[in-house]
Amino acid sequence: MTSTTVAGTAKRSGERSWLPLIAIWVVLLTAPFWLPLIGGYTSLAGRVLVFGLAAIGFNLLLGFTGVMSFGHAAYFGLGAYGAGLTLKFVAASTPLAMLAGTLLGGIAGTLFGLLIVRRRGVYFAMVTIAFGQVWYYIAYSWNDFTGGFDGLRGFQRMPIHLGPWVLDITGTGPTFYYFLLACFGFAVALMGLLLRSPFGRTLLAIRENERRARFLGIPIERHIWLSFSISCFFTAFAGTLYALLNNFADPLGLHYSLSGDFVIMTVMGGMRTFWGPLLGAAVFVILQDYISSQTTNWMSFIGLLFVLVVLFFPRGLLGFLQQRRQA
Amino acid sequence: MSFLEVDGVTKRFGSLVAVENVSLKIEKGELRAIIGPNGAGKTTFFNLISGLFAPTSGAIRFDGEDITQLGAASRVHRGMARTFQITDIFPELSAFENLRIAVEVAAGYRLRTWLSRHEAARVTERADELLELVGMRSKADRLVGELAHGDQRAIEIALALALNPKILLLDEPTAGMGDQETYEITTLMRRLHRDHSFTIVLIEHDMRVVFHLADRITVLDQGRLLADGAPQEIAASAAVQAAYLGEAA
Repeated sequence: MTSTTVAGTAKRSGERSWLPLIAIWVVLLTAPFWLPLIGGYTSLAGRVLVFGLAAIGFNLLLGFTGVMSFGHAAYFGLGAYGAGLTLKFVAASTPLAMLAGTLLGGIAGTLFGLLIVRRRGVYFAMVTIAFGQVWYYIAYSWNDFTGGFDGLRGFQRMPIHLGPWVLDITGTGPTFYYFLLACFGFAVALMGLLLRSPFGRTLLAIRENERRARFLGIPIERHIWLSFSISCFFTAFAGTLYALLNNFADPLGLHYSLSGDFVIMTVMGGMRTFWGPLLGAAVFVILQDYISSQTTNWMSFIGLLFVLVVLFFPRGLLGFLQQRRQA
Repeated sequence: MSFLEVDGVTKRFGSLVAVENVSLKIEKGELRAIIGPNGAGKTTFFNLISGLFAPTSGAIRFDGEDITQLGAASRVHRGMARTFQITDIFPELSAFENLRIAVEVAAGYRLRTWLSRHEAARVTERADELLELVGMRSKADRLVGELAHGDQRAIEIALALALNPKILLLDEPTAGMGDQETYEITTLMRRLHRDHSFTIVLIEHDMRVVFHLADRITVLDQGRLLADGAPQEIAASAAVQAAYLGEAA
């Protein structure tokens, strides 16, 4: 049993292997040291963390509740714009920007979720796309406020004051990467606790068998709504980090094609696993970075890889590795 | 007033009348079998009692309360638990995990994000107790989707029992089972009824099971109540024989 299986095959607590978890954190903690040696750069690792966190948030809904959303870019983008607009127009405070962006995306998702939880399957996915595009066009059209198609510029992440200490994250060096990693660690720890709780297990029950869950007395719609809402808060939080990473908020960060990218990352990495979306995001971001320097047609290569993974490793890359370990 | 009272219930789907003006009373501690030829409306009748959908007309009272308009989840909270004709479990979770979810929901923990050590230990204890009750303790860590059909049925019944129900509605618990599995499930039902005095309503095709277990038998035919009585009365009823033989002819 690995610590990365939250669902399904995990037996009673107490017999988890900590090895994969330790391996993941060693890789993440040492990234700024070995990444340049193999031709990478630190902000690339930052992108992996940000997209990985967004996909892990999204996967609460897809992998652990069994509900598909094609509109999670909306909450990611709202998080980014919320953070950017706060830094630009309200106050030059990084924590305030993160809080505002997370609340903006999370609350938008919570309210929207109320309207759609009775929809299922394709209908649910379609409505999430439509609603997501609304925000894209608002950001796209409202030139004066959001910067329109050029995106929101004119803000930057600010040093964080912790009592007598100042954490200067404004540079491009490892300090900001470790700041991102700390935020990432905090969020995934919360997510891990949530999935191991009775509430998290009701979501698994809904994924596994909605009718049985209903006849156990779980109010299905309310729990799917909570899952959607929490998932949006996590994705919006990742969005605020994205704005800080780039000092820029991009209307394409709200576009439904990014929602599709989240789906690809999650499914490719393994949607029934906790860390799968992070692995999927790493593969996606690194391939994108490498291939797009060779050809503008990078998406067709990622698309091909996605098809191959779905055909040959239907449980995703990490799901496949776990199965082999158990076999 | 009886424990469960169904009063003149009718259910129409468009022009089809699936259940027509059926009334019955079930007492506390009773084991009632509902039988009838295929298409008699037995499962629809069960769905009306358990709240999968509401009747077109008529009323249902349970434990002194009118529950006609309540949804399934509300009825579960009032002590009604059911199983389905096609086994209904959480296939990719272990037997223990299946029961743990049901026990936590029954304990009112469904929105909790943490449990104290004490609470978690009580949940584990109760889940193990239920597995023991249905004879599945030794398979606690197996994935339920990989278990034999009879074992899955036992898990499903344990899931229903985890809700501490006042009444247990079982829709063809022995459907698709061989003799050995049928015998095991029948023994389990008798134990629950005799030793733990559960009130049980049972839809069943296997007449050996019905006459072995039931205190009273209700016969439905073409959506209508055909007969209602003790097993020997039903066995002797000319109308019941006609309905079954008529189907065979």
